[in-house]
Amino acid sequence: MNTTELLARHRLPGPHADGDERMRRESLVSRLLGRPEFASLAGAILVFIVFALSAGDSGMFNLDGVINWMQVAAYLGIIAVGACLLMIGGEFDLSIGSMIGFAGMMVAIPTVYFGWPFWLAVLFAFAGSMLLGWLNGYLVMKTRLPSFIVTLAFLFILRGLTLALSILFANRTIVSGVGERAAHDWLGQLLFTGNVGTGLFSWLARHGWIATVNGGAPLVAGIPKVILWWALVALAASFVLARTRLGNWIFAVGGDAVAAKNMGVPVRQVKIGLFVFTAFCACLFAVLQVADFGSAAADRGLQKEFEAIIAAVIGGALLTGGYGSVIGACFGALIFGVVQIGITYTNLSSDWFRVFLGVMLLVAVLFNNFVRRRITEAK
Amino acid sequence: MSTQHDKDEAILELDQVSKYFGPVIALQNVSLRLRRGEVHCLLGDNGAGKSTLIKLLAGVHQPSAGQYLVDGKPVRFQSPKEALDLGVATVYQDLALVPLLSVARNFFLGREPVRKLFGLRVMDMDYAARTAKEKLAEMGIMVRDAHHPIGTMSGGEKQCLAIARAIHFGARVLILDEPTAALGVKQSFNVLQLIHRARERGISVIFITHNVHHAYPIGDTFTLLNRGKSLGSFAKDRITKEEVLDMMAGGAEMQTLMSQLEGIQV
Repeated sequence: MNTTELLARHRLPGPHADGDERMRRESLVSRLLGRPEFASLAGAILVFIVFALSAGDSGMFNLDGVINWMQVAAYLGIIAVGACLLMIGGEFDLSIGSMIGFAGMMVAIPTVYFGWPFWLAVLFAFAGSMLLGWLNGYLVMKTRLPSFIVTLAFLFILRGLTLALSILFANRTIVSGVGERAAHDWLGQLLFTGNVGTGLFSWLARHGWIATVNGGAPLVAGIPKVILWWALVALAASFVLARTRLGNWIFAVGGDAVAAKNMGVPVRQVKIGLFVFTAFCACLFAVLQVADFGSAAADRGLQKEFEAIIAAVIGGALLTGGYGSVIGACFGALIFGVVQIGITYTNLSSDWFRVFLGVMLLVAVLFNNFVRRRITEAK
Repeated sequence: MSTQHDKDEAILELDQVSKYFGPVIALQNVSLRLRRGEVHCLLGDNGAGKSTLIKLLAGVHQPSAGQYLVDGKPVRFQSPKEALDLGVATVYQDLALVPLLSVARNFFLGREPVRKLFGLRVMDMDYAARTAKEKLAEMGIMVRDAHHPIGTMSGGEKQCLAIARAIHFGARVLILDEPTAALGVKQSFNVLQLIHRARERGISVIFITHNVHHAYPIGDTFTLLNRGKSLGSFAKDRITKEEVLDMMAGGAEMQTLMSQLEGIQV
């Protein structure tokens, strides 16, 4: 028996010109369901509808209201982007909130008590935070412990250090007086304090197209820089994730680290890099907040790690890694902003905010689970 | 197709190779010659030393004694990457595929094609999808959409993807670790056909299996391992399927087992 001939006779059908008979045309809904952002987009639309109906006439959707909740969304959005990339890479960072507090102090104490220029303190805070992020990542990779445990330790270490060191250096837990220095510093002025588009807004106000206060100045002076930072960080992260080699590696190390390693992906460097990026996002949050509030406080950023992770999960990121979307996480953050601020425009007690969050998280996780099964188990 | 002269030349050869792990003798004086463009089946029951042999060939382990030659030159691989650089690629059972990633992204995992976009280096997704689809089509596998996650593919298709990927990235020698072990009848047949296609393209294949029914139709040469020792290599025209089966399981022992089973009345 000649096997070569036998196999040749049983050759599989070659490429079809008319497509694959096993390929079914998917409906639009079905295709949308396959996108990680879908749930958060639908959630955001739903939330907008609910608040438009219940608080539409309260001023929530006036320019000042919009800026108000956009600002809340932007702060959260910045750390949600970091948390989202890290989760896609298969890891968690529970120390984001504590890092915000710690980084804030790294800016405020040197500025106010050591007389450093603001820009130097900012660079110091970024360097310090990213070094701590690296340490987080290094320990996770070195010990092979779950990142959940390692970063939980840092949640406490950093929060404790923030309190202890601010007492040690400043003898208080709220360090104020940074605002003035930040506003007069070239770097602070350029990147962190104030608004963008003030000229445009005053021009609009002069023509009576936007609301003004009694002097004729616009009620909303401009777009807070935090919103632009959010857009910048989100766009850059989306781009990297979707279009670059690094993005492919991030998905791969989260999806199956062993397979990625076998194919030559530098798993360790990618994961540690993601921890550093998350710390960068936390520090950016802190610097913007310190510049805006004019002070740092030891309890800043409390529970922000959970909010960031929730936003990422609502945005479609899987807890097991390997799947998710930066744009989704941004919609998650937007839902947060709208609900947190919107609830104050309604008659509801703001205690309901947390209830809403929990329910939203639960629904999102259930939905993501469904999506994952659809992707990986369809035959 | 390679000439007769090339055919006689071994692309890869193990000469009296032994491997010890402390007091354990995993392999003893095993010799194996892989000729260019042949499918060489490595058969053995569980515990025969197949896995150790694969790891030696792949560059994960180094032999404790004996010589490993590629293209007639002695080599001593320090890592699997060195073996890969010489075109010796191993497709393990876990396949090194990420289920949530698309076909295209998996195909180029770790070796992503890049192009310039506004001065930035981005992944060339169109090229990746097109190439992955083409290469798989050459192997007789139709991909519905190269941007779909491979989680939706069958075990056989995944196996084929891993093999096609190794071939695309310049494998001259393919070492396949039990590629049909977890597959159904039809999928196994597809994989066997893929091995046949690889041979047609001049790629030499080491096909590790304990399934004689898969090995015999496709193989040109059979090497049998038993308890760390080679029972010899046999060209197909010099051995029958029954003889292979007998040698693999230890004929007499198998006969006894079979008769015991037949004696059972249900």
